Amino acid sequence: MAEYETHEYEVLVIGAGGAGLRAAIEAAAAGVSVGLICKSLLGKAHTVMAEGGIAAALSNVDDRDNWKVHFTDTMRGGQYVNNWRMAELHAKEAPDRVRELEAWGALFDRTDDGRILQRNFGGHRYPRLAHVGDRTGLEMIRTLQDHGIHKGMAVHMECTVVTLLKDGPRVAGAFAYERERGRFKVFRAKAVILATGGVGRAFKITSNSWEGTGDGHSLAYHAGAELMDMEFVQFHPTGMVWPPSVRGLLVTEAVRGEGGVLKNSTGRRFMFDDIPDLYRAQTADNEDEGFRYTQGDTNARRPPELLTRDHVARCIMREVKAGRGSPHGGVFLDISWIKARLPNAEEHIRKKLPSMYHQFKQLADIDITKEPMEIGPTTHYIMGGVRVDGESQMSTVPGLFAAGECAAGINGANRLGGNSLSDLLVFGKRAGEYSAKFAREQKPPAIDARQVDDAAKRAVEPFERSAGNEGPFQVQFALQELMQDLVGIVRSEAEMRRALAGLEALKQRADRAGVAGHREFNTGWHAALDLRHLLTVSEAITRSALERKESRGGHFREDYPDKDPAAGTFNIVVRKNRDGGMDVVRTPIPPMPAALKAIIDEYK
Amino acid sequence: MSTAPVVLHRRFGHTARRDAWWIQPLLVFFALSTFVVYATWAAFQGEHYTYGPYLSPFYSPEIFGGSPHSWFGARPALWPGFLTYSPALLILPIPALFRVTCYYCRGAYYKSFWADPPACTVGEPRHSYWGENSFPLVLQNVHRYLLFLSVFVLLILAFDAYAGFWFHDPDGGAPRFGIGVGSLVLTANVVLLAGYLFGCHSMRHVAGGCVDQLSRSPLGSRTYACVSCLNRRHMVWAWSSLFMVGFADLYVRLCSMGVWTDFRIL
Amino acid sequence: MPTTATFRIWRGNAQGGKFEDYATPVSEGMVVLDAVHQIQADQANDLAVRWNCKAGKCGSCSAEVNGQPRLMCMTRLNQLNLDEPVTVEPMRAFPSIKDLVTDVSWNFRVKKGIRPFKPRPPDAPDGTWRMQQADVERVQEFRKCIECFLCQDVCHVLRDHKQFDGFVGPRFLTYAAALEMHPLDEERRARELKTTHGIGYCNITKCCTKVCPESITITDNAIIPLKERVVDELYDPTVKLLRFFRRK
Repeated sequence: MAEYETHEYEVLVIGAGGAGLRAAIEAAAAGVSVGLICKSLLGKAHTVMAEGGIAAALSNVDDRDNWKVHFTDTMRGGQYVNNWRMAELHAKEAPDRVRELEAWGALFDRTDDGRILQRNFGGHRYPRLAHVGDRTGLEMIRTLQDHGIHKGMAVHMECTVVTLLKDGPRVAGAFAYERERGRFKVFRAKAVILATGGVGRAFKITSNSWEGTGDGHSLAYHAGAELMDMEFVQFHPTGMVWPPSVRGLLVTEAVRGEGGVLKNSTGRRFMFDDIPDLYRAQTADNEDEGFRYTQGDTNARRPPELLTRDHVARCIMREVKAGRGSPHGGVFLDISWIKARLPNAEEHIRKKLPSMYHQFKQLADIDITKEPMEIGPTTHYIMGGVRVDGESQMSTVPGLFAAGECAAGINGANRLGGNSLSDLLVFGKRAGEYSAKFAREQKPPAIDARQVDDAAKRAVEPFERSAGNEGPFQVQFALQELMQDLVGIVRSEAEMRRALAGLEALKQRADRAGVAGHREFNTGWHAALDLRHLLTVSEAITRSALERKESRGGHFREDYPDKDPAAGTFNIVVRKNRDGGMDVVRTPIPPMPAALKAIIDEYK
Repeated sequence: MSTAPVVLHRRFGHTARRDAWWIQPLLVFFALSTFVVYATWAAFQGEHYTYGPYLSPFYSPEIFGGSPHSWFGARPALWPGFLTYSPALLILPIPALFRVTCYYCRGAYYKSFWADPPACTVGEPRHSYWGENSFPLVLQNVHRYLLFLSVFVLLILAFDAYAGFWFHDPDGGAPRFGIGVGSLVLTANVVLLAGYLFGCHSMRHVAGGCVDQLSRSPLGSRTYACVSCLNRRHMVWAWSSLFMVGFADLYVRLCSMGVWTDFRIL
Repeated sequence: MPTTATFRIWRGNAQGGKFEDYATPVSEGMVVLDAVHQIQADQANDLAVRWNCKAGKCGSCSAEVNGQPRLMCMTRLNQLNLDEPVTVEPMRAFPSIKDLVTDVSWNFRVKKGIRPFKPRPPDAPDGTWRMQQADVERVQEFRKCIECFLCQDVCHVLRDHKQFDGFVGPRFLTYAAALEMHPLDEERRARELKTTHGIGYCNITKCCTKVCPESITITDNAIIPLKERVVDELYDPTVKLLRFFRRK
């Protein structure tokens, strides 16, 4: 093996967003040595984009709330294909994780009696989201970051993992490069936690940053772990559609939580036209009741704009396809109308939604206190990910853990807004705790020089190809185009078959893509290395989506538009077979204990 | 910590900015210079600082002096004969030093007079820098004491302004209420100075900024809110009061010299 | 709006570099970062630039556009004169790594040197605290900071006078202010603010406030109140006397 800078930790955390930081803090607190790898600078992870809040049944605002209601909401939102154990742990532990943040310095908005204020959000029965205006993610990541840097973890910033290293069946570390000089680094670790976030960059219209290239999913897959639920991709109903350069940028659900309404070009509130039976009992049937709900009337039912994200996104698509869309291919989201109901509405909007006000004012010249926004669906989140044990977050590869968006299970077929931040905290902590435990029980793994050399060789290949070839960015754009068109919000067998063929061709184009220059902070080279991850997750999404012949949650099939109760009994799992191909299997969901079933029946 | 970063050497005035960054520091330079020159000249005059019931704010309180406004009679015998005496010299240092140590003014004159920096992202003439970390500029920290003294002076100016509404008839008798343009000038001066003093950053600290849980003290919350409100436009208050105090002196002076006539409204 | 514009981008590394001109198509609604990305994808694959969210929330794409410290993702082209080349250069206060990327690691080291949050004991038996919205709001302003380090870049104490050893810069004075004014925090930082953090180096030129993309009133709401607290603690004999008697 050539000489590489080598670091040794008992626990190595890949990814420094909410889940990664929380995991690192927990592992460090357990007394093991911790290394934390971030793809960008510390504190820039995609968690900063989270706006709405952290879902936790603190019952500060509505004392009818408790973990059982939260559990039921999560299961219903996930259309009952969630890992029920994870949903249970999540609902039970989220309140403690939120209070812990406060003890570390987070400053949430307050109730009148000085406790943490909670807001309404889609799919949550009671006001449940602890928040700070509309920049909750920033508050969370900054709190974790500022707390974490004093806990003795080693942070490797601007460092990207290319592949995981293995020692027999168990994970042994990771092989990475640092962006600044392009030098390779070898990390040896007894346990590795993947907390790499999502895959949004596989699609053209996305709210994700450049980092969301599915690294963790792909690293785990190639290391022999299983991916689950990859067909469930969440398209957030409200992304910006204009100007083109910000297409996909998220418009927080809090706009609707504060009273924002969706209208088509005829001015009709089309969300009242299609309320699913599962939610009919909890949804307002007139405008007045819906508005009262957003203003905190606990006796009112929620407006249909706050139905689950998958449903709202599809309704918007339907309006656009029927020719009732806005000029730039979206629909209208209007918060300014609350002027008719509230004194000081403009001030109120600016205060409750400061960064939305800012974002539209600066990027689109639109004053949201006066005019409606133009919005449309955007790729936001993947419910699927590394298949893990609900208790410990360990994958099927010993020593390899996953937490946050890159792990599967908690969200089932559709994630509720706000459940993501609490997921990061709850399962980040668990991953940290159990990985430390695992690390303490194990001997250090051996690093296989051949694996390292192979990885290094493969990593520099793009430089050896002719720089006259097509560049990596062009391949990436083609991939995004393909996934958006063929495996997007509305899917069909024929289109996805075409997508698979297209992906095969793209793999070959990726293998030919050349990069010019040298290894120092070469973004073209970085893009070339990310392509492998993007291609892997795109294939996993497409194959899983082909296998699920029904419509459920974030997965909608034109050719199978209805939910199939029989398909609610299994998850779809992909894994790499011996020949390097992708196997797709249906894995039955273990039966839910009677106690949890009773809870669901009680609070349904 | 790290070694000094490698950057292009930046000459005085070097910048990639394309706007007219030099206009603002230049305006400040001329405005402040004009005021300082005028105020110094006026302070040393020792005459033409009263007219009727009006007393120039540069000369108030007149502790020792020759006018009827004087508190303790003529100039002290102890004052060395070879030094010019003017009642303003005893009192003007207080508001002057208040302005010198004012947080807004500091930033403004460091830029305009000391080019430290000339404007944001514009190269500086000197390489050494101590800031307010060491002598002499560490003395700027006395600002709050000058604030307290200035508030005292402000109270007297308020009294002067009130007195400026009571005119003596030439034929004697009790003073009668009236309004002259001078009365209004002196009043406006007090109002603007009050806006400046009560919006001062040190005042903001004293009024409640020093407390982290202000909501526990309803009075503190209110005073802090009021001071903060004034503080947001501290720059405007600073300039308008500066102009007005100079103008008030000029007004009294020119009336006293017979150049202007004080117009009686009432 | 013209259909193409020229961008004069600084290319180079710690050893030196030069400006290079790139012409690229522009359209309505574009920001500087879009143009840089277009150039990167079509003309200069290895052009180094940091970015993440493209929404002004992560603070990665800090640079100097026509000499003004800005977030590239929030600088719309229609605010610029496109008839002449738009210069885009890295933050000049920090060491260059490559092209538009600078070494900002100093900032992360500085943060570690500031005493962390230390809350008072919980107010309620369940381990929680009570805080009023009014008290929280003052600190929330500072916690809006996205750590883009534009304030550090523009601050002449760092930019021109290179006081990296004795001054933490506006970002970390704001950070210290957020901790000092936190309703729950009990740590005392005034002495260090004067000594190791060098608050006295700030001469209130307010450039930091002007460039802040989050519109945090850094100078008036964070630094000056901290200066006043330092006066309380270290310079003001009356406060000392009052405290002495109060303790008696």
